[in-house]
Amino acid sequence: MSEERPGIPPNSVRLPVISTRVRSNADGSPWWTRTFRITNIRVVSQLVFLSLFIFLLFVTWLSRLKGYPASLFLEMDPLVGFATALSTHTVYRWLWRGLLILIPTLILGRFFCNWICPYGTIHQFTGWLFNIRNNKTRIDKNRYRPLYQVKYYILLVFLVMAVFGSLQIGLLDPICLLVRTFTVTISPAFDAILVDLASRFAVPVSGLLWKPGVNDPRVFAGAWFVGLIIIALVGANLFIPRFFCRVICPLGAFLGVLSRFALWRIDRDVTKCTDCDLCLKGCEGASDPQGALRKSECFVCFNCIDDCPEDALRFRFNPLPSLSGKVSGTIKDGTAMLGTQPVISKNLALEVKGPDVPRRRWLFAGIAGILAFPFMRFSKDVNKRGFHHKAIRPPGSVAEPEFLERCIKCDQCINVCPTNVLQPAKLAVSGLEGLFTPVMDFSIGFCQLNCTLCSEVCPTGAIQKTSVEQKLGLGAYAEKGPIRLGTAFFNRGRCLPWAMETPCVVCEEVCPTTPKAIGTYDEEFTRWDGVTVTLNKPYMRPELCIGCGICQKECPVLDDAAVYVTAIGETRSDDRTLLLKGPKSG
Amino acid sequence: MNDDRRRLIKQLGAVAGLSLGASYLTLAPPSWPLSLRDPDGERGKPRGKSLRLPENGFAVEPSDLLPHLGVARGDNVDAMLRAAVTAIGGVTRFIRNGDVVLIKPNVAFERSAPLGATSSPEVVSALVRLCREAGAAEVRVADNPIESPEACFLRSGVKKSAVEAGADVYLPSAADFKILETPGASLISRWPFFFRPFMGVTKVIGVAPVKDHNLCRASMTTKNWYGLLGGRRNQFHQDIHGIIADLALMMRPTLVVLDGTRVLYRSGPTGGSLSDVKAGRTLVASTDSLAADAFGWDELLERKGEPLPAYFAKAAQRGLGVPEWKTLRVKEEQVG
Repeated sequence: MSEERPGIPPNSVRLPVISTRVRSNADGSPWWTRTFRITNIRVVSQLVFLSLFIFLLFVTWLSRLKGYPASLFLEMDPLVGFATALSTHTVYRWLWRGLLILIPTLILGRFFCNWICPYGTIHQFTGWLFNIRNNKTRIDKNRYRPLYQVKYYILLVFLVMAVFGSLQIGLLDPICLLVRTFTVTISPAFDAILVDLASRFAVPVSGLLWKPGVNDPRVFAGAWFVGLIIIALVGANLFIPRFFCRVICPLGAFLGVLSRFALWRIDRDVTKCTDCDLCLKGCEGASDPQGALRKSECFVCFNCIDDCPEDALRFRFNPLPSLSGKVSGTIKDGTAMLGTQPVISKNLALEVKGPDVPRRRWLFAGIAGILAFPFMRFSKDVNKRGFHHKAIRPPGSVAEPEFLERCIKCDQCINVCPTNVLQPAKLAVSGLEGLFTPVMDFSIGFCQLNCTLCSEVCPTGAIQKTSVEQKLGLGAYAEKGPIRLGTAFFNRGRCLPWAMETPCVVCEEVCPTTPKAIGTYDEEFTRWDGVTVTLNKPYMRPELCIGCGICQKECPVLDDAAVYVTAIGETRSDDRTLLLKGPKSG
Repeated sequence: MNDDRRRLIKQLGAVAGLSLGASYLTLAPPSWPLSLRDPDGERGKPRGKSLRLPENGFAVEPSDLLPHLGVARGDNVDAMLRAAVTAIGGVTRFIRNGDVVLIKPNVAFERSAPLGATSSPEVVSALVRLCREAGAAEVRVADNPIESPEACFLRSGVKKSAVEAGADVYLPSAADFKILETPGASLISRWPFFFRPFMGVTKVIGVAPVKDHNLCRASMTTKNWYGLLGGRRNQFHQDIHGIIADLALMMRPTLVVLDGTRVLYRSGPTGGSLSDVKAGRTLVASTDSLAADAFGWDELLERKGEPLPAYFAKAAQRGLGVPEWKTLRVKEEQVG
């Protein structure tokens, strides 16, 4: 190398011979320091947190919940806490746990991205497994690119929208995105495969199932889209390593902004650095450790320290921000000295504090965010002037405008729902603003009477923690009455007793309210073929209906049920009542 | 030159092999091995495997001497169950050493036990213990509820009581259903059946609460078999009496226990209010579910004098039981 750089004295530091044999390292340290490196400890940490993440999603189920903090990762996500604080001016329930990440980030930098984040681990693993391994390619792929500014724009747009009351971080926040992906695609796919194997080979598998004790395989609206997103984002690692983390991740951007204050950072010793760029070989964040370290991009993965043949990199407390005035002589003629040591590196810049985003571009993103809010809110489906009739929210949900301030589309509620009734909203129901937020589809499931699990796992209070007494209007809540999700309607033209001279009333049988919200007009009837049947023609008693939808779920007119629930009459909003309140004068 | 020839031969071989292989698979007559040929579309249709229950079901030998109905009244469920079963021959008549017993409670709804919509957990656990003591190698408890299975088993308390008494609880999953053939059934001669818990089973015991029912008037031990079926059960209401008569044909149990400790006498089958429930303080054991249910209709639902629901006559016509329980040998006992 030194031949290529005339004017610089030959490097006095000898490259250590990397040996795979069990013997002391070249610098005299014992062999095990090669194994118990901090990068290996980091890999263990990543595996532990990924396993914990999957475990917590696995136990998000009635028979397994047993007090586990099922939504821990979502609550620890400081962007969730920060953005909901912007939109609601409060920090709900467990969201203070965001401090567990936020404070260490202020001290250590974006360590979350490469030590904890399960999505980051998946990306890193994919890149490690499928990418070309030669040094030159790897070094080139890990150089910083201006494209990596994009995540800061995304962050700012989302935060500005949050200020206006539209919480969109969940679309791209890695924890929300990954919880949603597990809920909607990975766990049902896992179960579908197991169930298929089980029926082929007649082996019991219920203990292994992600969702045991359900008699129909779980289905999810828009699973194809959620699945496509994860395949595309994980696949992008083949072209740009850590594509999602470097380019898109709004949480990474948030932590990157915080990292400017970090007390520790990777520090390059210019008296040892030979500008070989080998530190870029494994640089996860593309943070330029070979030059001026971009603090906001660094994932603190320590690969650079590991890869540096000159031992020129350290993770240091309060390192020098720049060398100006501290170097004597000039680099050009090779006389540069730092103190008593000769400077070897030609690059004397040490750090870039904040994100590489010019001020005017911050402004652009801010304006985009300001405009995005009304653009999205114009959609009738989320607008005050007309919520969608199928946007039936889970019990305990706050009114729609507040719901959109809180819901992060993580779909934990959908994950825990025992009947599969909760579905990620499609564009047609919720517009882009409410995409993937939970809505009830009573052709798939129904809201189980004594169940409030969704309110238990909701990290942001879009579904407020609700007791069964509260949901059913019992005890202290008797005066307030039960929570109504909507109101059921009969389509007499499709109802078997009404339209087809055929007995049925499954709806009345399964109606869970006491007294039943479905009554019947009973009639002896002589059919067209002369057979006498008793027809119990059902009707609604709207004062009693809670909109649980079990009537619709069990209606035998499967494809377009003869009894169906719409959101009108829901108790979460005074704008959407159906009946005039108060006693009827008769 | 040699290399070129070798390459040519290889390529020719590949072309010939693939063409011949593809031609064989598509053109060979269906009976030939590996043939894929399906000239009329028949071979490509799905062939569902179906299963059948044993010829005489799980019933034990009938007796000419023993009572048909064992009725026990009281408050101590354990003692009542023993008395009721002893009255009709004792547990050894039904359970032998090494039997694998399936107990079918009614856990259709997510209701706590006092609301009377489900089999009471105390009766289920007493039954499990009784089978265990009689030497059953394995006792299973299974039902396919209408509401979420886990929640139903949890809320009703049946899961806990069954597991603590030493039974395995089987919750349905999508892999657990196969078509069951019931020859002679008019409506459900082929219907998806919750077969998994039945694998290797030698004895079947039904234990059902006494419930009012909006459509069929009364849901007891005969209608209880509804919970062994899957598929489009919501069509059953179109001929509920025909269905219940078919259920009686489908399942010939070893024993049924009518759980009259509580009676859901109105707002059935879901109930939901304690005011819909009254204390029945009665257990009935029988091999004849129609007789047990008719007893429940008269004595527990207290609808004596009202005509029995139509399914009784339909099932009795097939020789599946005797609804006129007063003509049978009945042994009633007060316990404790």
